[in-house]
Amino acid sequence: MTIADMIRVLRAKVLCGEDRLETMVYTACCSDLMSDVLAFVNEKTVLITGLTNPHVLRTADMLDLKCLVYARGKIPGEEILDQAREQGLVVITTRETAFTACGLLYEAGLRGVPIEWPESEARL
Amino acid sequence: MSSTLLHEDYPVEAEDYTRAGEASADIKRKLKQLGVSAGVLRRVSVASYEVELNLVIHSRGGVLSLEVTPERVLLVSADRGPGIPDLELAMREGWSTANETARSLGFGAGMGLPNMKRNADEFDIESQLGTGTTIRMGFLLS
Ligand SMILES: Nc1ncnc2c1ncn2[C@@H]1O[C@H](COP(=O)(O)OP(=O)(O)OP(=O)(O)O)[C@@H](O)[C@H]1O
Ligand SMILES: [Mg+2]
Repeated sequence: MTIADMIRVLRAKVLCGEDRLETMVYTACCSDLMSDVLAFVNEKTVLITGLTNPHVLRTADMLDLKCLVYARGKIPGEEILDQAREQGLVVITTRETAFTACGLLYEAGLRGVPIEWPESEARL
Repeated sequence: MSSTLLHEDYPVEAEDYTRAGEASADIKRKLKQLGVSAGVLRRVSVASYEVELNLVIHSRGGVLSLEVTPERVLLVSADRGPGIPDLELAMREGWSTANETARSLGFGAGMGLPNMKRNADEFDIESQLGTGTTIRMGFLLS
């Protein structure tokens, strides 16, 4: 789906990147743990998070993420949005909780990032 | 020995959360300019960010160095202590001694070192209590 589709599904508000809402997103990840995000996310993934600190943006920058969703109506400071604009990141905020936001997106057809388990870790 | 295309040293201060990640952002920019492919770029960026944040969160400060030759990208993190008492434990997914400040910012999953190892083609860690920790990571080009 496109970011514009996500905005509709989440009844979200765009905080920056209005000109790139037709960008496609293929997978999603919901986490407040940056190392988890760094472990398996790729640039086609949208990150849903409740953390509004600059490290989330730096993490997004390392992975070339295109879209960030803040849950529970969180809105970051203006300096963070400036940084997001510089990175070319679309930032949106939804009043839904992270859980509900994920549920709505899943229902609309978005899926998680496929994880490849190395042989040694395939214990489940 | 092959010729060095680029060599850069980035001092990283302990607990400087404001600047944490700046070295990695610069490394990414420089490698992109050199034309390093997207896949390698992402792996270097992830490992570099993890190792830089570890310097900020866990060490007394140190230096992150970048060296590029036609064959590989080399990242070396060398810090001034306190060293890691049990390397095997530190390398385990989920093991973390990160403090509250680091956790509140989204760190402390205990995934950084395993992430580095997974992303680098060559990974080597040495640590001595009181002296410091050195991590070397190589990423093959082409
Ligand atoms: N440079 C270092 N100096 C001292 N101890 C370190 C250093 N790097 C890592 N450690 C120790 O190893 C542990 C594991 O590191 P790792 O990067 O895997 O996880 P983390 O930093 O705690 O959490 P995360 O990386 O997921 O945010 C740390 O909690 C810390 O105890
Ligand atoms: Mg770490």
